[in-house]
Amino acid sequence: MSRPRSQAEYLARLVPPSVAGLNRRSLLAGAAGTGALLGTGLLAGCGDSDSGSGSDSKTVSVGSNQSDPKPKDVIAKVMAGFQTASGIQPAVNTVDHNTFQENINNYLQGKPDDVFMWFAGYRMRFFAAKGLAGDVSDVWGKLSGYSDAFKKASTGDDGKQYFVPASYYPWAVFYRKSVWQQRGYQVPKTLDELNTLGAQMKKDGLAPIAFADKDGWPAMGTFDILNLRINGYQFHVDLMAGKEAWTSDKVKKVFDTWAGLLPLHQPDALGRTWQEAAQSLQQKKSGMYLLGLFVAQQFSNDEQNDLDFFTFPEIDPAIGAKALDAPIDGYMMARKPKSEANAKKLLEYVGSKDAANIVVKNDPSTLVANTGADTSGYTALQKKAAELVGSATEIAQFLDRDTRPDFASTVIIPALQQFIKNPKDIGGLLTSIENQKKSIFTD
Amino acid sequence: MSDLPLIQADRAVPPPAATTSTGGRGRRLRLLSRTDRVVITLMVLVPLLLVVGLVWLPAVATVLLSGTDWDGIGPVGEIDWVGLQNYDNVVNNYPPFGPAVQNNLLWLAALFVVATPFGMFLAVLLDKEIRGSRFYQTALYLPVVLSLALIGFVWQLIYSRDQGLLNAVLGTQTDWYGDSNVNIWAVLFAAGWRHVGYIMLLYLAGLKGVDPSLREAAAVDGSSETSTFFRVVFPVMRPINIIVLVVTVIESLRAFDLVWVINKGRNGLELLSALVTSNVVGEASRIGFGSALATIMLVVSLVFITLYLFTVMREDRR
Repeated sequence: MSRPRSQAEYLARLVPPSVAGLNRRSLLAGAAGTGALLGTGLLAGCGDSDSGSGSDSKTVSVGSNQSDPKPKDVIAKVMAGFQTASGIQPAVNTVDHNTFQENINNYLQGKPDDVFMWFAGYRMRFFAAKGLAGDVSDVWGKLSGYSDAFKKASTGDDGKQYFVPASYYPWAVFYRKSVWQQRGYQVPKTLDELNTLGAQMKKDGLAPIAFADKDGWPAMGTFDILNLRINGYQFHVDLMAGKEAWTSDKVKKVFDTWAGLLPLHQPDALGRTWQEAAQSLQQKKSGMYLLGLFVAQQFSNDEQNDLDFFTFPEIDPAIGAKALDAPIDGYMMARKPKSEANAKKLLEYVGSKDAANIVVKNDPSTLVANTGADTSGYTALQKKAAELVGSATEIAQFLDRDTRPDFASTVIIPALQQFIKNPKDIGGLLTSIENQKKSIFTD
Repeated sequence: MSDLPLIQADRAVPPPAATTSTGGRGRRLRLLSRTDRVVITLMVLVPLLLVVGLVWLPAVATVLLSGTDWDGIGPVGEIDWVGLQNYDNVVNNYPPFGPAVQNNLLWLAALFVVATPFGMFLAVLLDKEIRGSRFYQTALYLPVVLSLALIGFVWQLIYSRDQGLLNAVLGTQTDWYGDSNVNIWAVLFAAGWRHVGYIMLLYLAGLKGVDPSLREAAAVDGSSETSTFFRVVFPVMRPINIIVLVVTVIESLRAFDLVWVINKGRNGLELLSALVTSNVVGEASRIGFGSALATIMLVVSLVFITLYLFTVMREDRR
């Protein structure tokens, strides 16, 4: 993997390895197989004691997964800002992004840093429910500039907050303005309009919807948005939490709708990477592409202004089109930080307008979560993306952040690929998913 | 151990005078000096500890964990025992398992029937000292030296549906990596590409070691080149043949890297090793379930290891 040079590349790095691909090290770990299993697994059970709460200490440690030069530099500047504001000395331990994620189980059970970076969603709630993260509800009492959607995304199963959001990127349908102007296409507001538009694009010799699922995760975005539009946010959350049956008519309707849209999608998606699909949009061979904001990575600097997007159209008027996937990255607190007071001061600072301003000023490649920040430095695309998320009633975190990682990667990815390969046998597929779900969601 | 003193006798037996000086009841011949014994103990103990710690403990732990539903969180004492439930799930409730077993077998067959014989054939050709054989040697061995990530990248350039070389040259639109009827063959070709170079070099080294006088004798007796190879050279190269066989079996069992680089071993490229990895490594720690898969792989490997050891030991006894 190369170092990110643009906004989109940076955003792409935020994609979790369960979706974005493992690094070489984890590959080797995989080859080592059982050895790695024993080594990491059994040791994890041991490092359980963490004592000493020096309340008057003047330091706080931070576990950072921002290992690439640019974001690392931004974090350093934010931490410097914190030190100036509070007089507390932050010590940042940076770990390679993928490695951090791979080891999160062991990290949290060992001696984690007082504050660590993580993602919102089920992944956050999972560790909170296991007692591996600290309650930061009182920090939220002092935060301002966050919409309800962000607060909801930071709340654990018990109603307490365990997460402070820092940055995010929305998923939407992207297109090239020049192509649409030339052909006179209009942004579709309903599923019917989308279908009509797609048919027109096909007539004009375009692949209506660029599509790729070789890596297994992009199709999750399609499933998510259809599910959000057809069944709403709460159903999405419950389905992902294993509370709803995959064999229900509601899920079946999602797949039926998808099967109806598949002819508009670029064919042979299972052999294509998202980059190749994005390039077909860039080369004006496709009309639109449902993806995260990081799609801009495949566009040159002077093409950036030609890129625009709209949120996926409404399917059920009773549900509307106000919910969307916008994965949020941010900070959490260890369950027993060495100094809880200092950790909370730090969380309050990173959630503040001041910290967000430092990020905006130094890193033009990310959307900050705090709406109080001065975002005059945003590009047009960034501004529009921020508006879209700001007007969202609910923010989902993307399928594999909203459910158990083992379920997402070992069951859903093969299942969605099976569906794309053969959209006819939806009933059998859903039964298989449900059976496997029951074997995974056991506690 | 009993014949050890015999081997060591001429060197290690101290002069009788020295032993008598210790006197008393300990009249046994001290065949090994103190240093010898320490060295031998260490030579046995250190590898033993390594083997037990790095091979047997993880293997046993894997088998034990395969009977649990551990997710990697919480102390070892809280692990719940679920018996054979994981195996039941693997076989009856895990769609990728069947294709994985099939693909592993296919992989073995393809390497054994096509790639290995072809590598041997190339080695025999190169052994003829044809012009530019150094060049061919390097070219064929190159894939073995390349890093896996690079190999994945190289083949992506060739096989990509939209931008790949192959479709551009053939004028087709075959989805080499995405079509699950095609991709296993595409990958087997890439895997064979690597394997051929490896076998070729092994075999070439063996061929260089064959006594030229054997060939001369065969030629004098009027044997054709083909029959010289099959009746004289091939049997003489038995040790190398066994190594090649073992390498082929090992390579096909641990086949992993290429499919992992391509699409994590999904959608037509399932392999047992890839399934183990995607279940055990990382955040998705279905450790119990993954261990059950690993145990199945261990049992399959044991079949081949036993067969191999059985053959080798029987030959040695003769």
